[in-house]
Order: sequence, then C-alpha cells, then structure tokens
Amino acid sequence: MSHPENAAEFLKDAQKSKWHDETLWFVRDKRDKVSKRIPEWEQLRELASGIKDNVLANLANYLEEFERKATKNGIIVHWAADSEEHNRLVLEILQKHNCTAVVKSKSILTEECHLNPYLEKQGIEVVDTDLGERIVQFLNQPPSHIVLPAIHLKKKEISELFHEKLQTEKGNEDPAYLTQAARVHLREKFFGAKVAITGVNFGIAETGEFVVCTNEGNADMGVHLADVHIACMGIEKILPRRKDLGVFLRLLARSATGQPITNYNSHFRSPSPGKEIHIILVDNGRTAQLAREKFRNSLKCIRCGACMNTCPIYRRSGGFSYNSTVPGPIGSILSPGLDLKKHSSLPFASTLCGSCTDVCPVKINIHEQLYEWRQEVTKTQGDFAKGLSMKLANGIFKSPLAYKISGSLMRNVLKSLPNSLIYHPLNVWGKNRNLPDAPKESFQQWYQKNRS
Amino acid sequence: MNSREKILSAIRSLSLEPKTLPDIPNFSNSGNLVERFTQSISDNKGEVVTKSEFDAWFSAAGFSKVISLSSQFAELATLPLPEDPHDLESLEVAILDGQFGVAENGAIWLEDTQLGLRALPFATEHLVIVLDRNLLENTMHQGYEKIATAHSGFGLFLAGPSKTADIEQSLVIGAQGARSLRVVLV
Amino acid sequence: MKANSPSVALFIPCYVDQFYPQVGIATLELLEKLGCTVTYPSGQTCCGQPLANAGYARDTVGTATHFIETFSDYDYVVCPSGSCTLHVKEHFPAIAGLEKKQEALENKIYELIEFITDVLKIERLEGKFPHRVSYHSSCHGQRGLHLSSGSELNQPPFNKARKLLENLKGLDWVELTRTDECCGFGGTFAVTEEALSIQMGKDRLADHLSHKTEILTGGDMSCIMHLQGIATRSKQELKFLHLAEILNQALS
Repeated sequence: MSHPENAAEFLKDAQKSKWHDETLWFVRDKRDKVSKRIPEWEQLRELASGIKDNVLANLANYLEEFERKATKNGIIVHWAADSEEHNRLVLEILQKHNCTAVVKSKSILTEECHLNPYLEKQGIEVVDTDLGERIVQFLNQPPSHIVLPAIHLKKKEISELFHEKLQTEKGNEDPAYLTQAARVHLREKFFGAKVAITGVNFGIAETGEFVVCTNEGNADMGVHLADVHIACMGIEKILPRRKDLGVFLRLLARSATGQPITNYNSHFRSPSPGKEIHIILVDNGRTAQLAREKFRNSLKCIRCGACMNTCPIYRRSGGFSYNSTVPGPIGSILSPGLDLKKHSSLPFASTLCGSCTDVCPVKINIHEQLYEWRQEVTKTQGDFAKGLSMKLANGIFKSPLAYKISGSLMRNVLKSLPNSLIYHPLNVWGKNRNLPDAPKESFQQWYQKNRS
Repeated sequence: MNSREKILSAIRSLSLEPKTLPDIPNFSNSGNLVERFTQSISDNKGEVVTKSEFDAWFSAAGFSKVISLSSQFAELATLPLPEDPHDLESLEVAILDGQFGVAENGAIWLEDTQLGLRALPFATEHLVIVLDRNLLENTMHQGYEKIATAHSGFGLFLAGPSKTADIEQSLVIGAQGARSLRVVLV
Repeated sequence: MKANSPSVALFIPCYVDQFYPQVGIATLELLEKLGCTVTYPSGQTCCGQPLANAGYARDTVGTATHFIETFSDYDYVVCPSGSCTLHVKEHFPAIAGLEKKQEALENKIYELIEFITDVLKIERLEGKFPHRVSYHSSCHGQRGLHLSSGSELNQPPFNKARKLLENLKGLDWVELTRTDECCGFGGTFAVTEEALSIQMGKDRLADHLSHKTEILTGGDMSCIMHLQGIATRSKQELKFLHLAEILNQALS
C-alpha cells in the first residue's frame, strides 16, 4: 500500500492518531526547550554538520584508520558489502561459538538487514532487549519509530500482550508494573546469553573505539555478561576524533528526546580479557547514496528521530505508513535510494514544510532532498496521465493567452456547475473542503478595467 | 575483490571534493558547577547526596550484598569483586569512584580501573558513585579534553539510573539496569 | 517610496489572480499608500511551483523563462505570497542564456511583508484594526524566507508580520499553542494525501478557534484557501483575510 492509503487507515482511529500526534509533539516540545538552554545550539549543529561533511569527503581514509586502530586494540573488524553478507558474518560468529541464543540491543542497521528473521531461520533465538523493541518483537512487528519503537501502541495493548507472553496480571496496565515484568524476563536472558549484538552510534577513527548510547542500559547488560560482543555499524557512522563526541553527544539525546544526555554512553575500545569484540562495517547501499550528489548528505544522519517527532505527517500517519525500516522524513530520503519503485510515494508524503531540516542536529536539508527525490520519481515512476496534465499546465502558464482562457474557463465552470458536481467524490479537493467562491472577475481583468 | 576492497574502492572512485574538519571551540557555560551538576543528575532521575545523607540511606536499608571499590567506603563491602560477572546477579549495591563529572548533563566518566568488572554499574540493583566536588567539568567539551585519547578498554559516561519510557512515554526508573543512582559529592 | 521611487512590479500568483482578486487589489493599494509606484506587468502567469513540487521541475523551463522575461525590467518584484516568492528565488530551473537576469530576479523579488519591513524599512504602521487576529505562519514564508523565527531554531524571536500588525489600534494579537505547524495544504499534497491534509487543516483550525480568534490571517492565500475550505465546510465562524487586506483596511 502507498503512503496515502496507509495514512488514511491510521487516521480512521481518530482518538489514537490524536494521541500519537500529541505524544510526539510533546517530545518535540521537550527538544525545543532543552535546545534553547544551550546558547551555542545552532553553532553545535553547524559544527556537527561540518564534521560529518569532512567524514563523508574522507570516508575511505577514516574507515581504514578506524580498522587499523581497532585491530590494534584487539577488536576483530569485518566488512559487509550488503545485508546478506552482514547476516552471514553474524551467523558465522555465532556458529563458531556454538551459540543458539543471542541478546540484541537496538540497532536500526540490523532491522535494515532483516537480521532477526535470518537468524531465526537458522534456529537461533534472538531477544531484542530494548523494552520497546521487545514489545514489538513479541507482536512480530518492526519498530514504528527509530528511537521510540513501540510508540504506536497503547498500554492496554501492551498489558494484553504481556499477560499472554509474560503472564502478567490480566488488566494491569501500569507501565511500572509492566516494565518490572519485562525487567525480570530480560535479566534472565542477559544472564544466559553467550553472545550479544549491538548497534553503534559512533565509531572513532582516531582511537578505533565505538560508542553505544542507551537509557535502559540494555546494550551494556548484554555485552558485559556475554563472552562475545558483535557490533554492527553502517560505514557512515565514523567520526574523526574522540573530541567530536563532545559535539555529537550534546546534540544526540537533546534532539532525540529532549534529555541532556542518554544515561549510558559506553565507549568500547578493547575487549575484557578472555572476551571478543567483533565489529561489522556495513555498506548496504551507502556508497551508492554517497555517489548521489544531491542525496549524499542524508548519510550524515545520526538516527536521533527528531525529524519524525516534528513531522506533521509522521505524527498523524504513524511509522508503519512509510513501509520502510527508517520511517519519517529521513526515511523518505534514504529509502528511495535503496528501492525507488517500492518507496516512490514517500517523497510525496510531505508538505515540504521544512521543519525536519530545522530540527536536524546535523543540518541535513531533508525537505530539499524530498523535493529532489520527487524529480527523480517522476522521471522513472511517473504515471503517464499525471505527466501529461503537468505538461499541459506548463503549456498554459508559459502562454498568457492560454492562461487567460483557461482561467476564465475555470471560474465560469465553477460558477455554472451545481455543487453536487463540484463536490463529486472524485473531486478530491472538495471531499472535505469547500472551494473559494468564484469571483466575477480576475485581478488581471480588474486591473485592465481600473488601472490601465 | 573482497568486500573491504570493494567498499573502499567504491568510495575512492568518487573522488569527492575535500571538506575541512572544523575546529571545536571551547564552549563553556557560566554558573555554579556543583549546582548545575546536582540539577542535571536530578533531571536524569538520579540523586546527589551528602555523605551523611548517604550513610542514613545505607544503614536504614540494611543491604547484605554490597561491593565497594571506593576507598572511602571500603568498609561497607560485604562481598569481594567476583571474577565472573554472572555472580553479580543478585548484587544490591555497588559503590564506585567516579573520575569526574560534567555539570551540563550530569555525566560521570568511569573507566576499567574504576569499574573492576564492566557489568558492575549495570547489573547492580543500586549504584553509588563517589565523586570529588572539585572534579566537575563544565560541558562535554571539557570532559573530552580531560580524557583526551587516554587508553581504557572500556569507558563510560554514566548520567543516571536505568530508565525507559517505552510504554506510552511514561517514565519508569529501573528498566534493565540499576534502579537508582546516588552520587555522593565529597 | 522615499527617495527616487524605484519601480515595483506586482507579481500576483495565479490562484490569487483567479480566486482572490481582492488580495491583489489590496496589495496594490497598500503599496501605493506606502509611496511606491506600482505596475502590474501584463501577461504574467504562474511561477510553476505546482508542477515543480509535483516532481516536474524539468517541465517548468517555459514557465520560468516567461516569468523572467516579464519581470526583468523592474527594480523590485513584490508578491503577496511567501510560497511563490520562495519558488522563484530557489526553485526556478537554471535557464541557459538567462543566468544574469535570473540572478538579478532572485535578488529583487520580495514577499510583500518583507518588502515593507526590509526594503521600505517601515518599522511601524499607524492605523486602526479593532479585531482579534491570529496569524497563520506559512511554512515557505517562515522557514524559507525567514519572515518569522521558527520554533525549531535557537534564535531571538521575531515576526515581520506581527511587527506591522501589532501597532494597529485595537488589534488583539492571538498567541497560538503551536505557533508554526504546517496547515497541510502543501500544493498537490492537498489532493494526493487528502486524509492527512484535512486532518492537519482541522488541527490548525482547532488551535486558532480554541483561542477565540475572530480573523485568521496570513501571507499565503494557498494555506488560507485550504483552511477556509475546511472551516466553511464545517460551518465554523471564522473570517479569513490576507495580511494585505488587513493592512490596507487599517491604513484607510
């Protein structure tokens, strides 16, 4: 289904969609307030953007430096050209350690690679340990938001789910009670797992370390109890210097949820004695996006989700309406690069209001890229009729006479047609909106009569 | 060609225009560091306490499983640091020394030397960090300047207890990790 | 115009020309009251934005060429729409042979309010408009042309329209809850994403209505056409006026 169809479906539950809008607006509002407490906020965004520009311009060198340093520190570095290779590498490490159950903290990259179904097919149990992710995993759903995976669910639904899966009391919807039940369940998994998988927020070329940020502490619970830590990182997540983290950690959580920092910001540089750390550097379409000049800087994204929280479309249509691993404005400029046909409606799921661009901590010109993707979509995916009517319109507007004729035709048609016809269901504008009253003359006609 | 070479050569073939790596100014905010740090920890749902407040809480609770790696509170330990982190499963309290704190957000820097076991601050029910009030930095920029590139296999900016808001955005403290954080400023 | 009265060409967007001639008239009269010599170049059509935003920018070369030729002889081009102004400034296709004229046009086209505050340098207007007015900030005017500060950015608050309105005697300025959320018009979005467009419009209207607004105003009739269309359909008691209409009335 296309975005408009999914959005219309989401809006049918008026109460829930209103709640969704208001809840995410609240998160955005928190972001606004906390960012305004930092006088140098706009400078930090500029810096972050500049650092990422430099990263993208020197990506190969930084990746090599990262690999060299990480290897020296005792981290095992792997490279994956695509999702299949990434998944295979994970599986090989698991098999080497005779591991049949893993705990995994939030990683949008592993969602992008569809790692869970791949491993499950191989008989491996994967437990997502972020609470929101565990909830959607129980439901066999993907996350609907990259930071707030279960934001599309109400506590009633989660209560019913936990009653079934974790034997919680029927009807107990208290978030503290439900969280406690998940804590007991997940701690048992942490203490039993031999291998833990995490994503990566930042990889540092200078030191060969990588940083993982969580509030729940689930990434750390997993990796420090396991013998083997597998970190999956998109190649664009590199930062040149450790001190760059000062800029990015100041921006990340404030942008994401309006908190000054995530409670756990872990820097992994070398494994504990007797343990292993693997890092898989994944391309999966990133070098192709890097080659697209107009869309290159979408790779600056640090996955904070601020563009989703601010987007008036996302808030009212929900993450699933995008049918893409990364939903929302940023997803709508990343996903067409992966599959233009599948995601052709996403660049149009926007009014180009530009709010996404202004909240983006790395200053990605998201709304301008949406505009540019529209130009690409119509080249290859445009349906003939739409193309024709647009060409016709160009014909009208470049010729003053044709414009005048069609304009007065339009006004006269509006005046003479009965309302039932104007507001025919096929007239989409008029389904839920009136048209303006047609004036007796255009401005142009008035001007000629009165001023020339 | 293996994937490593494939990826690197794909990037190099683009011969992108160079972009200068910007310098980071030494941003710092005015204000009393202790006050700001205390407020930040409280915003993160932790608590900054005095030594006597800590003593009162600790003795009232009557914990039986306590690990203390802080020299100032060594006598409170009831257990030695185990070799296997799995032995931390029922640990009630861990007491650690923090290297320094960051006033703007309450983040406290910890490295392998302070942690003993990397799992310790996560696996414990309650976490206590002892921090010298003279070791507070203004922002993260000063924090990273302080640690520079010094080597520790693991380093952590810890700013509060384990928390989640994944159920209807209701904040719950004590998700998977420590249920509370107390920072004893000395 | 204060000194030697440079010539101002009026660019009236196609939908304003066809549906809202009174907005064009108000713009013209207002600029004249402020001392400008105003011409409406005949033969003007549309800026091509509807096509470009629908993904057919490549088909707007003819429209843009015509636009550049029509307006190249004037000192300033003034338009009562932030959205159309932004399109001319930022989204015209590059046209071979017209580079210089195009660049000149981009630098001399102004949205009406910014022309008054930034070019005519008028800080306050003396007039009367005893009504409770709320302002719908058009996204292209705000985030594109920076006619007001955005709630997203850490910048000192400002609002060029408010500056002109708030001195008018009797005008009661309404503070909204969400000061600059999009109304959901979005050009073709209004029909391709109809359900969302309507919901966004309803939500915006609810914000205005909850603050007991009498007149909803703004600098873009496209947003207002959409909001008014929804309000009229649901029989809501709310008046809609373009900023030019308010200022022109207030100054008479």
